[in-house]
Amino acid sequence: MIKSYEELNDTQIDVLREIGNIGAGNAATALAVMLDDTVEITLPSVKIVSFDEAVSGLGGPEIMTVGVLVNFSGGASGMIMFLLDMEDAKGITNILIQDDDDRDGLSELKLSAIKEIGNILASSYINSISMLTGLSIDLSIPYIAIDMAGALMSVPLIEFGTLGDKVMFIEESFLGEFHHLRSNIIMFAELETLKAIMERLGLEL
Amino acid sequence: MSEAIIVGISDYKWSKSPDVLVTHALGSCVGICLYDRVLKIGGLAHIMLPDSTMFASQEINRMKFADTAIVDLIHKLRENGADAARLTAKIAGGAQMFAVQAGSAIGAIGERNVTSVREALRSARVPIIAEDTGLNYGRTVYFDLDTGVMRVQSLNRSIKDL
Repeated sequence: MIKSYEELNDTQIDVLREIGNIGAGNAATALAVMLDDTVEITLPSVKIVSFDEAVSGLGGPEIMTVGVLVNFSGGASGMIMFLLDMEDAKGITNILIQDDDDRDGLSELKLSAIKEIGNILASSYINSISMLTGLSIDLSIPYIAIDMAGALMSVPLIEFGTLGDKVMFIEESFLGEFHHLRSNIIMFAELETLKAIMERLGLEL
Repeated sequence: MSEAIIVGISDYKWSKSPDVLVTHALGSCVGICLYDRVLKIGGLAHIMLPDSTMFASQEINRMKFADTAIVDLIHKLRENGADAARLTAKIAGGAQMFAVQAGSAIGAIGERNVTSVREALRSARVPIIAEDTGLNYGRTVYFDLDTGVMRVQSLNRSIKDL
Protein backbone atom coordinates (compact mmCIF):
# COMPACT_ATOMS: atom_id res chain seq x y z
CA MET A 1 0.00 0.00 0.00
CA ILE A 2 1.34 3.41 -0.91
CA LYS A 3 1.92 6.02 1.76
CA SER A 4 1.57 9.25 -0.16
CA TYR A 5 0.31 10.83 -3.37
CA GLU A 6 3.85 10.92 -4.71
CA GLU A 7 3.74 7.17 -5.17
CA LEU A 8 0.67 7.04 -7.40
CA ASN A 9 1.45 5.49 -10.77
CA ASP A 10 0.22 6.69 -14.17
CA THR A 11 -2.81 4.41 -14.26
CA GLN A 12 -3.91 5.56 -10.86
CA ILE A 13 -3.47 9.19 -11.82
CA ASP A 14 -5.51 8.50 -14.97
CA VAL A 15 -8.32 7.23 -12.78
CA LEU A 16 -8.25 10.41 -10.71
CA ARG A 17 -8.19 12.44 -13.92
CA GLU A 18 -11.23 10.57 -15.20
CA ILE A 19 -13.07 11.29 -11.96
CA GLY A 20 -12.12 14.92 -12.52
CA ASN A 21 -13.49 14.83 -16.06
CA ILE A 22 -16.80 13.37 -15.01
CA GLY A 23 -17.03 15.80 -12.13
CA ALA A 24 -16.33 18.72 -14.44
CA GLY A 25 -19.06 17.55 -16.81
CA ASN A 26 -21.59 17.39 -13.99
CA ALA A 27 -20.43 20.76 -12.73
CA ALA A 28 -20.89 22.39 -16.13
CA THR A 29 -24.46 21.12 -16.36
CA ALA A 30 -25.20 22.45 -12.88
CA LEU A 31 -23.64 25.82 -13.69
CA ALA A 32 -25.56 26.10 -16.93
CA VAL A 33 -28.81 25.67 -15.03
CA MET A 34 -27.81 28.24 -12.47
CA LEU A 35 -26.53 30.81 -14.95
CA ASP A 36 -29.31 30.18 -17.44
CA ASP A 37 -26.73 29.92 -20.15
CA THR A 38 -25.26 27.12 -22.19
CA VAL A 39 -21.98 26.36 -20.55
CA GLU A 40 -19.26 24.45 -22.32
CA ILE A 41 -16.29 23.19 -20.46
CA THR A 42 -12.83 22.96 -21.81
CA LEU A 43 -11.18 19.64 -21.14
CA PRO A 44 -10.18 19.95 -17.52
CA SER A 45 -6.56 19.57 -16.69
CA VAL A 46 -6.15 17.29 -13.70
CA LYS A 47 -2.71 17.17 -12.20
CA ILE A 48 -1.06 15.81 -9.13
CA VAL A 49 1.28 18.63 -8.26
CA SER A 50 3.27 19.97 -5.34
CA PHE A 51 1.65 22.54 -3.11
CA ASP A 52 3.92 25.26 -4.51
CA GLU A 53 3.00 24.40 -8.10
CA ALA A 54 -0.69 24.51 -7.21
CA VAL A 55 -0.25 27.93 -5.61
CA SER A 56 1.64 29.20 -8.68
CA GLY A 57 -1.20 27.87 -10.83
CA LEU A 58 -3.50 30.28 -9.06
CA GLY A 59 -1.20 33.24 -9.64
CA GLY A 60 1.00 33.13 -6.56
CA PRO A 61 0.60 32.78 -2.81
CA GLU A 62 -0.60 36.32 -2.11
CA ILE A 63 -3.28 36.62 -4.82
CA MET A 64 -6.66 37.56 -3.40
CA THR A 65 -8.81 34.49 -3.86
CA VAL A 66 -12.26 33.30 -2.94
CA GLY A 67 -12.19 29.79 -1.51
CA VAL A 68 -15.15 27.53 -0.81
CA LEU A 69 -14.29 24.53 1.33
CA VAL A 70 -16.36 21.37 1.61
CA ASN A 71 -15.45 18.47 3.84
CA PHE A 72 -16.55 14.97 2.85
CA SER A 73 -16.83 11.88 4.99
CA GLY A 74 -18.52 8.50 5.15
CA GLY A 75 -17.56 6.02 2.45
CA ALA A 76 -14.82 8.41 1.34
CA SER A 77 -13.19 11.19 3.28
CA GLY A 78 -11.28 14.26 2.35
CA MET A 79 -11.66 17.90 1.48
CA ILE A 80 -12.40 19.72 -1.70
CA MET A 81 -11.84 23.41 -2.26
CA PHE A 82 -13.18 25.54 -5.07
CA LEU A 83 -10.99 28.56 -5.80
CA LEU A 84 -11.85 31.57 -7.88
CA ASP A 85 -9.89 34.76 -8.35
CA MET A 86 -11.56 37.93 -7.17
CA GLU A 87 -12.28 39.27 -10.66
CA ASP A 88 -13.96 36.07 -11.79
CA ALA A 89 -15.90 35.96 -8.54
CA LYS A 90 -17.22 39.47 -9.20
CA GLY A 91 -17.92 38.62 -12.83
CA ILE A 92 -19.96 35.55 -12.11
CA THR A 93 -21.97 37.10 -9.29
CA ASN A 94 -22.76 40.14 -11.42
CA ILE A 95 -24.57 37.78 -13.77
CA LEU A 96 -26.67 36.41 -10.95
CA ILE A 97 -27.26 39.49 -8.86
CA GLN A 98 -27.48 43.08 -10.02
CA ASP A 99 -26.98 45.06 -6.84
CA ASP A 100 -23.77 46.97 -7.64
CA ASP A 101 -22.94 46.76 -3.96
CA ASP A 102 -19.34 45.77 -4.28
CA ARG A 103 -17.27 48.89 -3.95
CA ASP A 104 -14.26 47.00 -2.71
CA GLY A 105 -15.41 43.50 -1.90
CA LEU A 106 -18.40 41.30 -2.50
CA SER A 107 -21.80 41.89 -0.91
CA GLU A 108 -23.22 39.32 1.50
CA LEU A 109 -25.68 38.23 -1.14
CA LYS A 110 -22.92 37.70 -3.67
CA LEU A 111 -20.85 35.79 -1.15
CA SER A 112 -23.78 33.45 -0.61
CA ALA A 113 -24.07 32.97 -4.35
CA ILE A 114 -20.37 32.07 -4.64
CA LYS A 115 -20.71 29.72 -1.71
CA GLU A 116 -23.58 28.00 -3.49
CA ILE A 117 -21.65 27.73 -6.77
CA GLY A 118 -18.70 26.25 -4.86
CA ASN A 119 -21.06 23.86 -3.16
CA ILE A 120 -22.57 22.75 -6.48
CA LEU A 121 -19.17 22.20 -8.03
CA ALA A 122 -17.82 20.32 -5.02
CA SER A 123 -20.95 18.14 -4.97
CA SER A 124 -20.52 17.42 -8.68
CA TYR A 125 -17.06 16.02 -8.05
CA ILE A 126 -18.09 14.02 -5.04
CA ASN A 127 -21.08 12.65 -6.94
CA SER A 128 -18.77 11.51 -9.69
CA ILE A 129 -16.77 9.54 -7.13
CA SER A 130 -20.00 8.09 -5.74
CA MET A 131 -21.21 7.12 -9.19
CA LEU A 132 -17.98 5.44 -10.17
CA THR A 133 -17.48 3.56 -6.95
CA GLY A 134 -20.90 3.10 -5.41
CA LEU A 135 -19.55 4.58 -2.17
CA SER A 136 -21.95 6.64 -0.12
CA ILE A 137 -20.38 9.99 0.76
CA ASP A 138 -21.61 12.76 3.06
CA LEU A 139 -20.83 16.41 2.46
CA SER A 140 -20.44 19.19 5.02
CA ILE A 141 -21.99 22.59 4.48
CA PRO A 142 -19.76 24.89 2.39
CA TYR A 143 -17.44 27.33 4.17
CA ILE A 144 -16.23 30.46 2.43
CA ALA A 145 -13.24 32.74 2.94
CA ILE A 146 -11.58 35.48 0.91
CA ASP A 147 -7.86 35.79 1.47
CA MET A 148 -4.41 34.99 0.10
CA ALA A 149 -4.43 31.89 -2.12
CA GLY A 150 -1.60 30.26 -0.19
CA ALA A 151 -3.26 30.75 3.18
CA LEU A 152 -6.54 29.24 1.95
CA MET A 153 -4.94 26.29 0.19
CA SER A 154 -2.84 25.40 3.20
CA VAL A 155 -6.00 24.47 5.11
CA PRO A 156 -6.62 21.11 3.40
CA LEU A 157 -2.88 20.55 3.08
CA ILE A 158 -2.57 20.79 6.86
CA GLU A 159 -5.56 18.58 7.45
CA PHE A 160 -4.10 15.88 5.23
CA GLY A 161 -0.49 16.81 5.89
CA THR A 162 0.52 13.24 6.55
CA LEU A 163 -0.03 12.37 2.91
CA GLY A 164 2.93 14.27 1.60
CA ASP A 165 2.91 17.64 -0.04
CA LYS A 166 1.10 16.79 -3.27
CA VAL A 167 -2.41 17.87 -4.14
CA MET A 168 -4.86 16.98 -6.87
CA PHE A 169 -5.27 20.19 -8.81
CA ILE A 170 -8.04 20.57 -11.37
CA GLU A 171 -8.15 23.54 -13.65
CA GLU A 172 -10.98 24.13 -16.02
CA SER A 173 -12.62 26.86 -17.97
CA PHE A 174 -16.35 27.19 -18.26
CA LEU A 175 -17.28 28.96 -21.46
CA GLY A 176 -20.77 30.31 -21.62
CA GLU A 177 -22.45 32.14 -24.45
CA PHE A 178 -21.78 35.38 -22.60
CA HIS A 179 -19.43 34.41 -19.84
CA HIS A 180 -16.03 32.94 -19.39
CA LEU A 181 -14.97 31.57 -16.05
CA ARG A 182 -11.78 29.92 -15.03
CA SER A 183 -11.94 27.92 -11.87
CA ASN A 184 -9.63 25.73 -9.91
CA ILE A 185 -10.41 22.92 -7.61
CA ILE A 186 -8.07 21.21 -5.26
CA MET A 187 -8.97 17.93 -3.74
CA PHE A 188 -7.46 15.90 -0.96
CA ALA A 189 -8.71 12.45 -0.24
CA GLU A 190 -7.47 10.17 2.48
CA LEU A 191 -5.40 7.27 1.25
CA GLU A 192 -8.06 4.86 2.48
CA THR A 193 -10.44 6.67 0.16
CA LEU A 194 -8.10 6.48 -2.80
CA LYS A 195 -7.65 2.80 -2.05
CA ALA A 196 -11.41 2.26 -1.94
CA ILE A 197 -11.85 4.09 -5.24
CA MET A 198 -9.09 2.06 -6.94
CA GLU A 199 -10.39 -1.22 -5.57
CA ARG A 200 -13.93 -0.53 -6.70
CA LEU A 201 -12.54 0.09 -10.14
CA GLY A 202 -10.51 -3.10 -10.05
CA LEU A 203 -7.12 -1.51 -9.52
CA GLU A 204 -4.61 -2.11 -6.79
CA LEU A 205 -3.25 0.69 -4.68
CA MET B 1 16.87 46.15 0.44
CA SER B 2 18.40 43.08 -1.11
CA GLU B 3 16.26 40.42 -2.73
CA ALA B 4 14.38 38.57 0.00
CA ILE B 5 15.20 34.90 0.57
CA ILE B 6 12.01 32.87 0.26
CA VAL B 7 11.10 30.33 2.91
CA GLY B 8 8.51 27.82 1.65
CA ILE B 9 5.85 25.95 3.58
CA SER B 10 7.42 23.31 5.86
CA ASP B 11 10.79 24.94 5.42
CA TYR B 12 13.29 27.11 7.25
CA LYS B 13 16.19 29.30 6.16
CA TRP B 14 18.80 31.29 8.03
CA SER B 15 21.06 34.14 7.01
CA LYS B 16 22.81 37.31 8.18
CA SER B 17 22.36 41.06 7.87
CA PRO B 18 21.61 42.72 5.44
CA ASP B 19 19.49 39.85 4.09
CA VAL B 20 15.73 39.70 4.41
CA LEU B 21 13.88 36.40 4.83
CA VAL B 22 10.27 36.15 3.67
CA THR B 23 7.54 33.56 3.93
CA HIS B 24 4.27 34.06 2.08
CA ALA B 25 0.66 33.57 3.02
CA LEU B 26 0.72 31.98 6.44
CA GLY B 27 -2.79 30.75 7.23
CA SER B 28 -3.03 28.33 10.13
CA CYS B 29 0.70 27.82 9.73
CA VAL B 30 3.06 29.75 12.00
CA GLY B 31 6.17 31.71 11.04
CA ILE B 32 8.92 31.83 13.67
CA CYS B 33 11.66 34.45 13.45
CA LEU B 34 14.73 33.75 15.60
CA TYR B 35 17.38 36.46 15.99
CA ASP B 36 20.75 37.08 17.57
CA ARG B 37 20.79 40.88 17.57
CA VAL B 38 24.51 41.20 18.30
CA LEU B 39 25.70 39.14 15.35
CA LYS B 40 22.62 40.06 13.27
CA ILE B 41 22.11 36.48 12.31
CA GLY B 42 18.67 34.93 12.27
CA GLY B 43 16.35 32.32 10.83
CA LEU B 44 12.75 32.00 9.75
CA ALA B 45 10.77 28.76 9.99
CA HIS B 46 7.33 28.13 8.43
CA ILE B 47 5.72 25.25 10.31
CA MET B 48 2.50 23.54 9.33
CA LEU B 49 1.63 21.17 12.16
CA PRO B 50 2.09 21.25 15.93
CA ASP B 51 3.56 17.93 16.87
CA SER B 52 5.84 15.44 15.12
CA THR B 53 5.25 12.74 17.74
CA MET B 54 1.77 12.13 16.27
CA PHE B 55 3.52 10.54 13.31
CA ALA B 56 6.32 8.72 15.07
CA SER B 57 5.97 5.60 12.96
CA GLN B 58 6.61 7.39 9.69
CA GLU B 59 9.55 9.12 8.17
CA ILE B 60 8.85 12.76 8.75
CA ASN B 61 9.92 16.07 7.34
CA ARG B 62 11.26 17.71 10.49
CA MET B 63 10.73 21.17 9.02
CA LYS B 64 6.96 20.60 8.95
CA PHE B 65 6.43 20.45 12.72
CA ALA B 66 6.74 23.09 15.44
CA ASP B 67 8.62 20.87 17.89
CA THR B 68 11.28 19.60 15.46
CA ALA B 69 11.69 22.68 13.23
CA ILE B 70 12.39 25.03 16.14
CA VAL B 71 15.00 22.73 17.69
CA ASP B 72 16.70 22.24 14.33
CA LEU B 73 16.70 25.93 13.42
CA ILE B 74 18.23 26.87 16.79
CA HIS B 75 20.88 24.22 16.20
CA LYS B 76 21.58 25.60 12.72
CA LEU B 77 21.96 29.14 14.05
CA ARG B 78 24.32 27.99 16.83
CA GLU B 79 26.42 26.05 14.34
CA ASN B 80 26.83 29.30 12.45
CA GLY B 81 27.95 31.31 15.42
CA ALA B 82 24.76 32.55 17.07
CA ASP B 83 24.70 32.59 20.86
CA ALA B 84 21.71 30.56 22.02
CA ALA B 85 21.42 32.67 25.16
CA ARG B 86 20.91 35.79 23.03
CA LEU B 87 18.25 34.40 20.72
CA THR B 88 14.84 36.03 20.75
CA ALA B 89 11.70 35.03 18.86
CA LYS B 90 8.92 36.81 17.03
CA ILE B 91 6.02 34.76 15.75
CA ALA B 92 3.08 35.28 13.38
CA GLY B 93 0.25 33.22 11.89
CA GLY B 94 -1.93 30.53 13.42
CA ALA B 95 -5.15 31.95 12.00
CA GLN B 96 -8.44 30.18 11.51
CA MET B 97 -9.11 30.77 7.82
CA PHE B 98 -12.61 29.32 7.62
CA ALA B 99 -15.39 29.92 10.13
CA VAL B 100 -16.17 26.24 10.52
CA GLN B 101 -18.61 24.79 13.01
CA ALA B 102 -17.50 24.70 16.62
CA GLY B 103 -15.75 21.50 17.61
CA SER B 104 -14.32 20.81 14.17
CA ALA B 105 -10.65 19.91 14.11
CA ILE B 106 -10.05 22.09 11.05
CA GLY B 107 -10.69 25.25 13.02
CA ALA B 108 -8.45 24.44 15.92
CA ILE B 109 -5.21 23.72 14.11
CA GLY B 110 -3.95 27.33 14.02
CA GLU B 111 -4.37 27.69 17.75
CA ARG B 112 -2.68 24.34 18.38
CA ASN B 113 0.22 25.39 16.18
CA VAL B 114 0.70 28.58 18.19
CA THR B 115 0.53 26.70 21.50
CA SER B 116 3.06 24.18 20.32
CA VAL B 117 5.40 26.91 19.03
CA ARG B 118 5.24 28.65 22.42
CA GLU B 119 6.03 25.39 24.21
CA ALA B 120 8.96 24.56 21.94
CA LEU B 121 10.41 28.05 22.43
CA ARG B 122 9.91 27.87 26.18
CA SER B 123 11.76 24.58 26.47
CA ALA B 124 14.57 26.01 24.33
CA ARG B 125 14.62 29.09 26.62
CA VAL B 126 14.05 31.50 23.75
CA PRO B 127 11.80 34.41 24.80
CA ILE B 128 8.99 35.56 22.49
CA ILE B 129 9.33 39.33 22.26
CA ALA B 130 6.59 40.03 19.71
CA GLU B 131 3.71 38.16 18.11
CA ASP B 132 0.81 38.60 15.74
CA THR B 133 -1.22 35.42 15.88
CA GLY B 134 -4.75 34.03 15.69
CA LEU B 135 -7.78 35.77 14.13
CA ASN B 136 -8.93 34.83 10.65
CA TYR B 137 -6.66 36.18 7.94
CA GLY B 138 -3.52 35.24 6.06
CA ARG B 139 -0.17 36.87 6.78
CA THR B 140 3.07 37.31 4.85
CA VAL B 141 6.13 37.79 7.05
CA TYR B 142 9.32 39.68 6.13
CA PHE B 143 12.16 39.30 8.59
CA ASP B 144 14.84 41.98 8.25
CA LEU B 145 18.11 40.63 9.59
CA ASP B 146 19.67 44.08 9.78
CA THR B 147 17.09 45.47 12.21
CA GLY B 148 15.43 42.31 13.54
CA VAL B 149 12.04 43.77 12.56
CA MET B 150 9.31 41.30 11.61
CA ARG B 151 6.99 42.94 9.08
CA VAL B 152 3.51 41.41 8.80
CA GLN B 153 1.48 42.07 5.65
CA SER B 154 -2.11 41.03 5.07
CA LEU B 155 -4.69 41.82 2.39
CA ASN B 156 -6.66 45.00 3.02
CA ARG B 157 -4.94 45.65 6.35
CA SER B 158 -2.20 48.03 7.37
CA ILE B 159 1.35 46.73 7.62
CA LYS B 160 2.61 45.88 11.09
CA ASP B 161 6.28 46.26 11.99
CA LEU B 162 7.02 44.25 15.10
